[in-house]
Amino acid sequence: MEITLTHYLVLSAVLFAIGLIGVMRRKNLLMLFFATEILLNATNIGFAAISHYLGDLTGQMFAFFIISIAASEVAVGLGLLIVWYKRTGKIDLDIMTSMRG
Amino acid sequence: MFEAIAFYLFAALTITMFTITVMTSQALYALTAMAAGMIFISAFFFILGADFLGAIQIIVYTGAVMALYAFGMMFFDTTRNVVEKRTNPQIVFVLGTLAALMVVAIFVAPIISNNIHAVYPIEAHVGNAQAVGIVLFTKYLVPFEVAAVMLLVAMISGIILAGKKMDKSLTLMAEEEIVMMNADTVGHTEKGEH
Repeated sequence: MEITLTHYLVLSAVLFAIGLIGVMRRKNLLMLFFATEILLNATNIGFAAISHYLGDLTGQMFAFFIISIAASEVAVGLGLLIVWYKRTGKIDLDIMTSMRG
Repeated sequence: MFEAIAFYLFAALTITMFTITVMTSQALYALTAMAAGMIFISAFFFILGADFLGAIQIIVYTGAVMALYAFGMMFFDTTRNVVEKRTNPQIVFVLGTLAALMVVAIFVAPIISNNIHAVYPIEAHVGNAQAVGIVLFTKYLVPFEVAAVMLLVAMISGIILAGKKMDKSLTLMAEEEIVMMNADTVGHTEKGEH
């Protein structure tokens, strides 16, 4: 029973789908951030698997940069979220309609 | 054989944890389940021979990002249940499945074409961390430095955004001053809402 690249790619796609369902389902902004982290991690698995089965380190490099981007996204996003919560007392998406777009 | 057992075990665990993260209505459960899922994902990196990536995954995600979320959740009211969107669930699941199929197609397309070859091949006699270091500090030096600058910018912006009123020391102020300051802020937010 050999684990092939397809196994990992299917797993990555399943996790990505879970993250997408989370993005579409959630209204709380903190929960949306969690779903975004799941999306980024799913792609990381795909990159690492392709890197291993191709015998190439480029996939791992991309995974490193994705991790650093995720870390900075969390820092900036949580800062903005805290400011928004201090101003309005809520972090739901529904009240963020001040631009009436 | 062991690889297959490990793969299926950790795949089931990861999918379960992330499903809990997405589906639960308690913010604390979501946070805990996601921390567990991140650790289980690092197991895949170890199976795939990307040892350094697995270590970074544990350190950055469960060490830094989760701690950041935990600190952020202290600011929010996490005890009440999270209200969900009232959308049609069928549309959500159909869209999710379609997007997943598209991702599979994107990933599979270059493998079918069979035209790609290793640019930075993994060598057997060099350890993973060493090989990653060699590639990172030769071929990817400029992106690495740009990422460093980006992390610095993120740190400064996080401090500036979250660290309002840092010029006042809450430990040195008297009780009345704190009460007055809080009353000031409450008046401010109420005015801001109108």
